Amino acid sequence: MQAQVTNPPQQKMSSKLILPFVNSTMNVFTTMAKITPVIATPHLKEDSHATYDVSGIIGFSGDIIGSVVVSFQLATASYLVNALMGMPVDTKSSDFNDAIGEIANMIAGNAKKDLGLVASIGIPTVVIGSGHTIGRLSGVPCVVIPCHTSAGDFAVEVNIKPNK
Amino acid sequence: MKILLVDDSKMMRNIQKTMLATLGSVEFSEAEDGVQALSVLGANTGAFQLILIDWNMPNMDGITLVKRIRMTDKTTPLMMVTTEAEKGRVMEAIKAGVNNYAIKPFTSEALLEKVKQTLKIAA
Repeated sequence: MQAQVTNPPQQKMSSKLILPFVNSTMNVFTTMAKITPVIATPHLKEDSHATYDVSGIIGFSGDIIGSVVVSFQLATASYLVNALMGMPVDTKSSDFNDAIGEIANMIAGNAKKDLGLVASIGIPTVVIGSGHTIGRLSGVPCVVIPCHTSAGDFAVEVNIKPNK
Repeated sequence: MKILLVDDSKMMRNIQKTMLATLGSVEFSEAEDGVQALSVLGANTGAFQLILIDWNMPNMDGITLVKRIRMTDKTTPLMMVTTEAEKGRVMEAIKAGVNNYAIKPFTSEALLEKVKQTLKIAA
């Protein structure tokens, strides 16, 4: 997939930093949940609001810094968590938060090995609520990878850069 | 067979239990991090036929737990189950004393195969 996303001429995000997240998203959902997301064209995100209402946030450190957010519509998150847990999970429960965090952990962790640099990922943080904002790395593009499933939409927001 | 599952994600522990239940008569114990795992092990020395360990956990991570277990127990089969897939990480875990390594995400077939391999390697 050729994906060089540009906005104002001086901002570019290499596809080498985006494609691993496309691949890991597909891998995590098809392997663990038997769901195949349809990945739409990535685009740049200008504002700090998360795409949807449920966000799993993973920080990167080492040769790559920044963060990756996996952001779900609540109904989509609920469907996916129920599918993974094998039982209904209350969206207000700590089990739900834990599951969202683990999904984000697997997507980020799976992508990490293909980024070509040595990096560590942190313990996930989960934020739930409409309109929440997420702090981004200043001067670094945030690329949104839109994902569609039969259970609704989610997005992977990639805001990382090599740490010189 | 007694298996200890060490992972800060309850979802992941549930998934592993479901997948490994097909092994037959299995009794699972669980821990959310390395500190809790040592507490469970301390009360049940030598009781487990297999321990599955996540890498990134709060309080005590998986590598530290592996090293602590191997200080006194050289024989219980240990399998790292993690998203850490770089060659350097795998080597680090093997050097610390794990018998095998499984990368998340995994199918039930893949996890079962890894578990059977681990038990064979350790035998």
